[in-house]
Order: sequence, then structure tokens, then C-alpha cells
Amino acid sequence: MFRLLEQGRSGEDAVTIDLDGQPVRARAGETVASVLMREAEAWCRATPVSQARRAPYCMMGVCFDCLMLVEGEGLLRACQTYVRDGMKIRRQIGARHVVPSC
Amino acid sequence: MLKPDLLIVGAGPAGMSAAVVAARAGLSVMVVDEQPTPGGQIWRGIEANAGTARGRALGAPYLSGLATVRAFRESGAVYWPSTRVWQIEPTLRTYVTGPDGTLMIQPSAILIATGAQERPAPFRGWTLPGVMTVGAAQILLKAPGTVPAAPVWIAGCGPLALLYAHQLVRLGGAVAGFLDTRMPAPLAGAARLAAGAVLRSGRELAKGAYWYADLHRRAGRYVRGVVDLQALGTDRVEGVRYRTADGRVEEVETSLLLIHEGVVPELHTARSLGCQTRWHAGQAAYVPVLNEWGESSVPGILVAGDAAGIGGAEAAIQRGRLAALRILSRLGRLPAGQEGAEAACRKALARALAPRAFLDRIFMPRENVFLPDDDTIVCRCEELRVRDLRGALSCSVGANQLKAFTRAGMGPCQGRQCAYTVASLIANVEARPMGDVEPFRVRPPLKPVRLCDVASLAEEAAPP
Repeated sequence: MFRLLEQGRSGEDAVTIDLDGQPVRARAGETVASVLMREAEAWCRATPVSQARRAPYCMMGVCFDCLMLVEGEGLLRACQTYVRDGMKIRRQIGARHVVPSC
Repeated sequence: MLKPDLLIVGAGPAGMSAAVVAARAGLSVMVVDEQPTPGGQIWRGIEANAGTARGRALGAPYLSGLATVRAFRESGAVYWPSTRVWQIEPTLRTYVTGPDGTLMIQPSAILIATGAQERPAPFRGWTLPGVMTVGAAQILLKAPGTVPAAPVWIAGCGPLALLYAHQLVRLGGAVAGFLDTRMPAPLAGAARLAAGAVLRSGRELAKGAYWYADLHRRAGRYVRGVVDLQALGTDRVEGVRYRTADGRVEEVETSLLLIHEGVVPELHTARSLGCQTRWHAGQAAYVPVLNEWGESSVPGILVAGDAAGIGGAEAAIQRGRLAALRILSRLGRLPAGQEGAEAACRKALARALAPRAFLDRIFMPRENVFLPDDDTIVCRCEELRVRDLRGALSCSVGANQLKAFTRAGMGPCQGRQCAYTVASLIANVEARPMGDVEPFRVRPPLKPVRLCDVASLAEEAAPP
């Protein structure tokens, strides 16, 4: 849905995250939600109520629609979560199960 | 436990300006903010963008934030970025979680400078992927510098929608169409307000008029008088259907729709502390009840910036400074020679607020922003539609009983997206003014927190 204005010089795109098992290139210092908005499948979860797909809506932490599973952290707002190299992100499908996350 | 004189929540224009005044006067000041860098939403990413082409395209008001950020960095205030406040108790004891873990803070005073959020504007299909707010798109523009991949449709009204469209075009993006939901302003009253505003803030208004003219020229389509919207699609937005005041219904194809219907103060934090709020009819928003210093109804809790009522960045700076002066005076720490500071702040605040009544009037949201049709989802988290809530409201229940009956406002966003619509439905069903509707009670935590973070507090609380 979105595109980068400037393609970074080599090294600026150095971060790679794992989104549902697929490697996705990201810019150091950007949020998981902003990476997601450049993906063809720009949605982050299916709701617990009706399995409807949702995507980031407000990008500033007040709608909680961009909740995604971050390995080692649990369910976080993707718009408030900054990428790290090798970070594993999963789309949250339906209700979450209780598992130890930290 | 940390015991600063002043804890400031939010590092935007108000929070930073208050921190500078208070820290320079010798108070111990802590500033916590969710973002990794200072600036708030308006100056988001300013330190990285200053001096770049993107920074220039974002405009002079954006770049002006650098001076405040620099003063803040040099002020001596302790700054905790990437940190969220998840609970403030009546004793002012505050719980935060950030890169250094979870901590308790016991300040002597708290300044809430949490800014604004976009007014929730429910319409059919507003939960579909591909519908997002103009503010969200602007955040993506500021960092990491992304624009809609295809010419975009924008719907709504308010200065931010015009500003974003202007910035987008300057940076090489394109507006496919603009669906203007602004109501024609009642001319007599608006003209009087306009005259006053032009006299005192001619330059700002000229800028706004220029954005408008620019948008008219550059947008592929410009549709006036849009009164109803529907985003079409199943798994994602495929199109938009809109209706105009004269009854015309049209559909356009798009995979991205940006929506904006103005901004409202962030009240969650203040309400969680029991601070009184009131309905501000001119801004069609709830605002905290404050005195001329920003002091709330709860002793020790002050509010400044857009969280105190929408006024923009310059007003936020002045309100932040006034709040800091008040805290200094309350703590008996006001340095000599500060007598002139208050007058200067009040003068600058009056100047900054001069065009506000006019702007509020011409960008007053349309009525069905608050009363969407029966099919529209009100509570995004629990997927409750207007009809689900109207059913429960057939007997007199307040917002809090409605929450218990239906789960509206009980999801992860804790009512941040549905509180306005719920209040307006209650006001509508019971024929009461918005100011009389009891708001959702805000339950802790203010932000999600992991059990292990709460548990980690035991070590700090344990006796040595």
C-alpha cells in the first residue's frame, strides 16, 4: 500500500525481520507496522470475534488494531514496536492462547 | 524509588517546553514518552529529518520544532524514551515500563502532556485493511519516509487533512481524490470569527487557504459536501461509496482510503485519575476541567498541550511553560525575576489561540460522525455495531452498564475508539446533552503490561 520515498544507500536497509516465516527487509529505526504497510499482504491479524482481517489504523498507539505476536515479547502494538535484525513477527489469528512469553 | 519534583508524561511541544522551564529553574524533572525520540506527533522524527529534503517538504512549522527539541535535550531533564506509563495512582505514584524494565516513580507533581488523537469517525467498512487515518499516513511520511504507492483517496475535513495532502504532493505522492465532508459554515457567525482571526493570525490563515487552493488544483477529483461514506470490500478495501448533500451517490475504486475528522484531546490518563472533564461544544470534544494554569480538579495533576483542549503546537508550548511556572510556584521554587515570564506566556498563548474559534467553526464535524447508521461498527475491538448498542440502550443504562452488558469499550483499546460514539448514542437515545453523559470509567492498566513486568516490582517494593 505504501512505498519508500528514498531507497536507502546500501547498509541502510540492513535489518531483516521474519514475518510469518518470510524474510522481509526493513529500515533500521522503523516500526513493524510501517514495514507491514509496504507488504502485498498488508494486514496484521484476524479478530477473535469474527476472524475479520485488520491492519494498522492509527499508527500512534491508540487503536490497538495492529496487535501482532513478537517472539519473546507477546502480543504488541506493531506501530509501537521497532524492528531488530532477526526479529520474528507473527500475524495473530483469532483469539490468543495462553503460553509463556517471557 | 525515584522521587522527582515533576514527572511529565509526553515529550511533545507542551511536555518539552514545561521540562525546559522547570529544569532550568532547578527542579528535578523526569519526562517519559512512548516514542524513541522527542517531538510528539507533530515534530515526530524532527532530529533525523532536519536538514533533509524531506524535512523541507514537511514545512517550516515542522522544522521549527528543532529549537524546542534542542532546548529540551540540553535542559537537564531526565528523559526516558520508549517508555510507557501504565498506571498512576491517586498518591501520584506512577508505574512505567521501558528499556530499563518496570519502575515506580513518586513525583511531587505530574504534568499530563499526552497530546491528541484523531476523532474516531465510524462509517461502514472503517475496520477494513486499507482504511487508515490521515494522521497515520503522515506518521509514515515523517518516518521512515513512505507515501501511498498509488494516488490516494482522502476523505474528511480539518487542517491536518489539507496539510498532509500538501506535504504528500510536495514529496512526489499524488491525491486521486478528496472527499470533503466539511459542512458549509453558517456564514454570519463564521464571518465575524473570520474577521477577528484574520486581524490576529492572517499569516496562518493565508497558509491554510493556500493548502486548500493547492489541493483543488492537484487532486484528481475534488468532491464537496460529502455526507456519507462506505468503504467497500471483504478482506481489504476495494472501493469507496459516498453520498453528497444533494443526494448524488458514487463509487470509486481504491485500495487505500485515508480518513480524518479532526482531533480530540487524549483524556484517558486524566480520566483514570478522576480528573473532571466537560463537553466543549465549540470543538465537539471532551476536555479536562482546568484553571488558567492547567491545574486539574485533582491536586498535583496538571494538563497542558492538546490534551488540555486542541490549540496546536504554539499554544501547547505556552501552556507547558505556564504549567511549569505554576508547579515552581506551588513548590516554592519560582526563581526571582520570573514575574515577566507569565505575562509573556499568556500573551503568546492568546496570539496562538486567536484563529482557533474560526477554525473550530469551519471544520465542525458533520452530525453523523457521532451517529452513524445501524450497520456501522462502533467498537472496533469487540465488533459491536450501532444496532447492538441501541438494543441495549432501549432501557436507560449509562456508558458503564452498557460496557458490562455488551463489552463495548472493554477490548484492548479500552474505549479510545468508541467512547465518543457510545456517549453520543446515549445522548441521542435519552435526549440529553453530551456533557451530561457519564463517561466510561478508565480501568488500569492504561497501556498493556505483562504479568512478568508487574511481578518484577516485587523486588523493588520488598523491604531491604
